[in-house]
Amino acid sequence: MEIEIDGKVAHVPDGSTIMDAAQQIGAYIPHFCYHKKLSIAANCRMCLVQVEKAPKPLPACATPVTNGMKVFTHSDLAIKAQKGVMEFLLINHPLDCPICDQGGECQLQDLAVGYGGGASRFQEAKRVVFHKDVGPLISMQEMARCIHCTRCVRFGQEVAGVMELGMANRNMHSEIMTFVGRSVDSELSGNMIDLCPVGALTSRPFRYAARSWELARRKSISPHDSLGANLSVQVKNNVVMRVLPRENEDVNECWIADRERFSYEALGSPARLTKPMIRVDGSLREVDWNIALDYVTHALKDIVGSSGGQALAGLASPHATLEEIYLLQKLVRALGSGNIDFRPRRRDFSSDGKLGGVPWLGLRLSEIKDLDAALVVGSFLRKDHPLFAQRLRQLAKKWGKVSLLSLGADDPLIKLHAQLSVSPAELPRALAAVVKAAAQLKGETVAAGLESIDPCAVSQAIARSLLDGEKRAIFLGNAAEQHPQAAQLHALAVELARITGASCGFIGEAANSVGGYVAKALPTALNAYEMFAQPRQAYVLLGVEPELDCHDPQQALSALREARLVVSLTPFKDGTVRDYADVLLPTAPFTETSGSFVNAEGRLQSFKGVVRPLGDARPGWKVLRVLGNLLDLPGFDYESSEQVRDEVAPAGEGFVSGLGNGLNGVALVLPATGAALQRIADVPIYQSDPLVRRAAALQRTTDAALPTARMNAETLATVGASDGASVRVKQCSGEAVLVARLDETVPVGCVRVAAAHRATAALGEMFGAINVERA
Amino acid sequence: MAILGAINPMLSVGLEGGDKAWRLADYVRRGGYAALRRILEEKLPQEYVINEVKKSVLRGRGGAGFPTGLKWSFMPRSFPGDKYVVCNSDEGEPGTFKDRDLLRYDPHSVIEGMAIAAFAMGATRGYNYIHGEIWEIYERFEEALDEARAAGFLGKDILGSGFSFELFAHHGYGAYICGEETALLESIEGKKGQPRFKPPFPASFGLYGKPTTINNTETFASIPYILNLGGEHFLEVGKANNGGTKLFSVSGHVNRPGNYEVPLGTPFVTLLEMAGGMRGGRKLKACIPGGSSSPVVPAATMMECTMDYDSISKAGSMLGSGAVIVMDETTCMVKALERLSFFYYEESCGQCTPCREGTNWLYKVVHRIEHGQGRGDDLDLLASITTNIMGRTICALGDAASMPVQSFVKHYGDEFAYHIEHKKCLVPVDVQRAGSGFFTATV
Amino acid sequence: MLTSESLKRIDREIAKYPADQKQSAVMAALAIAQQERGWLSSEAIEFVAAYLGMAPIAAYEVATFYNMYDLEPVGKYKLSVCTNLPCMLTGGVDAGEYLKRKLGIGYNETTPDGLITLKEGECMGACGDAPVMIVNNRRMCSWMNPEQIDKLLAELK
Ligand SMILES: Cc1cc2nc3c(=O)[nH]c(=O)nc-3n(C[C@H](O)[C@H](O)[C@H](O)COP(=O)(O)O)c2cc1C
Ligand code: SF4
Ligand code: FES
Repeated sequence: MEIEIDGKVAHVPDGSTIMDAAQQIGAYIPHFCYHKKLSIAANCRMCLVQVEKAPKPLPACATPVTNGMKVFTHSDLAIKAQKGVMEFLLINHPLDCPICDQGGECQLQDLAVGYGGGASRFQEAKRVVFHKDVGPLISMQEMARCIHCTRCVRFGQEVAGVMELGMANRNMHSEIMTFVGRSVDSELSGNMIDLCPVGALTSRPFRYAARSWELARRKSISPHDSLGANLSVQVKNNVVMRVLPRENEDVNECWIADRERFSYEALGSPARLTKPMIRVDGSLREVDWNIALDYVTHALKDIVGSSGGQALAGLASPHATLEEIYLLQKLVRALGSGNIDFRPRRRDFSSDGKLGGVPWLGLRLSEIKDLDAALVVGSFLRKDHPLFAQRLRQLAKKWGKVSLLSLGADDPLIKLHAQLSVSPAELPRALAAVVKAAAQLKGETVAAGLESIDPCAVSQAIARSLLDGEKRAIFLGNAAEQHPQAAQLHALAVELARITGASCGFIGEAANSVGGYVAKALPTALNAYEMFAQPRQAYVLLGVEPELDCHDPQQALSALREARLVVSLTPFKDGTVRDYADVLLPTAPFTETSGSFVNAEGRLQSFKGVVRPLGDARPGWKVLRVLGNLLDLPGFDYESSEQVRDEVAPAGEGFVSGLGNGLNGVALVLPATGAALQRIADVPIYQSDPLVRRAAALQRTTDAALPTARMNAETLATVGASDGASVRVKQCSGEAVLVARLDETVPVGCVRVAAAHRATAALGEMFGAINVERA
Repeated sequence: MAILGAINPMLSVGLEGGDKAWRLADYVRRGGYAALRRILEEKLPQEYVINEVKKSVLRGRGGAGFPTGLKWSFMPRSFPGDKYVVCNSDEGEPGTFKDRDLLRYDPHSVIEGMAIAAFAMGATRGYNYIHGEIWEIYERFEEALDEARAAGFLGKDILGSGFSFELFAHHGYGAYICGEETALLESIEGKKGQPRFKPPFPASFGLYGKPTTINNTETFASIPYILNLGGEHFLEVGKANNGGTKLFSVSGHVNRPGNYEVPLGTPFVTLLEMAGGMRGGRKLKACIPGGSSSPVVPAATMMECTMDYDSISKAGSMLGSGAVIVMDETTCMVKALERLSFFYYEESCGQCTPCREGTNWLYKVVHRIEHGQGRGDDLDLLASITTNIMGRTICALGDAASMPVQSFVKHYGDEFAYHIEHKKCLVPVDVQRAGSGFFTATV
Repeated sequence: MLTSESLKRIDREIAKYPADQKQSAVMAALAIAQQERGWLSSEAIEFVAAYLGMAPIAAYEVATFYNMYDLEPVGKYKLSVCTNLPCMLTGGVDAGEYLKRKLGIGYNETTPDGLITLKEGECMGACGDAPVMIVNNRRMCSWMNPEQIDKLLAELK
């Protein structure tokens, strides 16, 4: 289709709108309600343009292009229409830009300068709109500023997958609100703040903290989940004031999750460790860096000297940078220890040494939209991976058949093709049933070990979806990786992929779940579980809080308490670390250091620090470098984090090599399903890493509520409890008193008790046996 | 009960028996369902039906006057899956009350018309959206549907022909905007009645995203007669380009308000006489000839008009839905406009800026003038606001709100100016009061 | 929350629409809930939303959009008087004034005994019968001159 806009010619595909064509040739048409990621509402009428032969001005956002169409965006008719709309928009809008939080980045303000009249002809009383309290993240204090573009409402319905905001009433009394004062709980809610073209929805933590023009915008990468969202971190006086998405269509599109947007509050939290600390006479004292480093050097030399390298273990957080993880493993190995890992939540390591490559997503994020079918195994999808879930949501809306094999049927807010929700013990058998169904449908011989499986109708439906169409994918989620039979699940997924021709891969828990493999932080002796099961004398912890981050926190904590030396490289000084650490070395969080994350699709993204480290905190890679030097270890003479990176990933930014999800030599042995009560542990979204745990506003959300013991009615009855009653939950020697909750989505014989929370840190394995009695 | 005259009764043929002859048996007795039966039994092709409707030059009776046969031919023939026909009985336009009487006295004519339409367009399901405030009528329509189903005129395999059509009633709940066809669809889908931007038009993306045709109640009720008598005959009853008879709802200052069916082209004077002439023998001041959204026409012009699309349009107004609001000299035009402006402001769905903000602004200014707080430049302001609304909204409510303002100010500018200057009505308040006849009614 | 009688009526409405379009019954379901409970509390709206599998705010949007729903308690009888132009010309506004005087309340108010709530309505599609009013959204009363109004009030007592 050929179209002429203000004399410039554009060629666009059939079905494009005038707005699409204008964007293509860089012509700006003013607009408010239009947003490229949302459905077309055409309600603001700001984009009215003149179209040759049309008697009235037409909205560019909604008018389809016809061949040979001639459009005038600046003709008298168009300008008159746009000015008329602007006048209407302003009559009830407060004209107090100087005190508005949106001032300086307000689309209405920007356009009003160009299209607004002088004095207002509207001399009646302005509309009064009451403010609303919708939770700790979004401020709706200034709803009189709303221009009813409904972007926020459409975002909820279309992107977040849940309609929390609506426009109630009609006529000029239309009002954006939640249902009777409820909070907005979507994990993607903050995007509505960005979408709001005026100052109606603003960031509650950021409110009046700074004016937009005072802020320096710096690029960064999210340290949270494995998506690697691109961030614009905004800084004033060396302080991070807020975090916004940086558009990258292939990664985060134009969105970020609330975890990414609001975790910055932890950066300035009083819990920040700003000076090194060492334990003197049983309590932690602040000391200078040289003293602390000296102490660590001597202590490590001492223990390694007397008991050998294997007395030492190193554990890195998968949220640490590639450079940090790499240097930690280098240091630990140089000290003669093979006890190194970056996967604290893992339980089953039997695939180590049998992997065909660096486990990854199996396809590029941007390929998700073209899938015909997808199966996600073992994931609390929405909360584990908000933006990944969002991509699947869009897929399911188009044509893709998305199925879930999950523990507990949390609503992913995705139009699912099929869902099977089973206990952890049954998960391998459930996946095996899909494998067998696929083999049967395709007339292939069924793999050995699956003889006893009898596929149900749902497994057959899932198998069928994976056999249909061009591109299909199987994804293993966090729970599948943390599962006690993770290697079996992996092997089953590989087999299913082989039969169906689908790709198979891991969504990955953290920013460097792939990066840790690239950084070679795999154990040659004890892995993340064993290093606590078989206590060591010394531990070096990098950005990890074992009491919250480990598969079995009870076991980790007892090992740490017994150890002779625990060195923690951490940005924070609060919490249990005070009980067990002998040395706290203040390391810089992602905003204060340079480094790299390798996301789920293997995309290595490097970033720079956006502010100077707080107090005496130092970038982790520098601390490890100095330690290497002080310990006289070879190869620690780095001048920059780039140098470290280039050693481990010579290609630099871009996709890393060596990705592969193959698995060799793991036989399919399906475990028997036990009869005992079993725990299902999800990692609550705002407990997932040390940063979010300390983000004040996030901790006030509904998602940050205290963990409960969730059971279905049958299980509740078995343990003799009722909804709302206090129960004592026990695993091994640890216990916690929690409120019991009736939750019919929890499979029979299971108790859902969240991990990663102080309230449940005394408990044991995430999917282990559990005991519940009335408290 | 409304008084119903019938010169050449097509629609009002069923009304003769009054409130007692609405049932299926009565309808069949007066020849009802014959058209449907003939089409199905003689296996007439779909094109035949559409052609007859085209030949009749039946124009939609809901207000816009779009040729019905043409609209039907827009429906995609070979669409797999459900297609819908929807009847618009939301009749909320002030002055219009014909569909209510049609459904009350002759519901089966609408059902038959819809079934024929469904057959012609290959639709399998249909809904009749009924105005919220006429619950009793809705209940009656439900009863009529039951009768039709029981007699095999609706449902699966109608009259053994293999053609199936399910028809249901949907009850509105008080929103004028749901008369707008796409708002009506949204409403059936269980949402706020907010009009959709067109294109896409309902014929390609209608109810639940499926091809849909929407017609007014009276349009559907005309269909059986067109097929019984032939399209040409229907056209001849009216005049060129204005086929058939039309129900006019006459309200206001007349002696016998009610629905009158006359051939299009009937002189206004005749219609006025049928409605018993002016109340109390007073003089006609103004008339809104096509429902509250159409421009007001001063008495002198109106008395020259014939009641058809072309003549009314020449007089600077629109035939619209055929709601004739008659105002005599006791009417204060500012107050009349104030009430209409309130209506459009109140009923604006609120989605598009010019309508949401503009209708409220218009009302506030007219209200101010009526209450003695008008300003010198208010009439210019009103004119300017209306031009900023008109043609710039998603649906025609913006225009509907603007046209009364423009026409009232144009024809009765002096009265507005008087209000602004003297801070009171030109027509004394007690005269206005007497005009309503409310308090004298008992005397 | 609602009686089985009401639920049965709602189910009948649901059956009018395609199986995957339950939401289409929301207007009817809200009307039925209102008829049973007198008005639409948040709980009632939420119940209806859950029953039809829609977001509570989506049901709330509907409840606040259509003006025959009452989101606040009303008297035993809700009298809506049409004052739109055709009715106004033949006494609609006067009828409203008459009622206000008789009942001693204004629009959107309820008599102290909780019996009658007075509302100003929009065009009811019965302009030929003007002035008209409607009782409890259901019963249309035509040609309401003072005598008729008195009769109606006496009947409602
Ligand atoms: C604000 C507005 C209100 C309307 N109200 C009605 C109505 O109450 N009844 C009706 O039949 N058409 C109404 N219409 C017209 C419909 O949109 C549509 O044109 C009509 O139902 C089509 O039927 P027809 O072709 O048989 O006239 C309204 C249009 C607008 C813009
Ligand atoms: S013109 Fe008015 S009623 Fe029509 S869509 Fe726009 S806001 Fe809604
Ligand atoms: S951007 Fe086109 S109408 Fe709002």
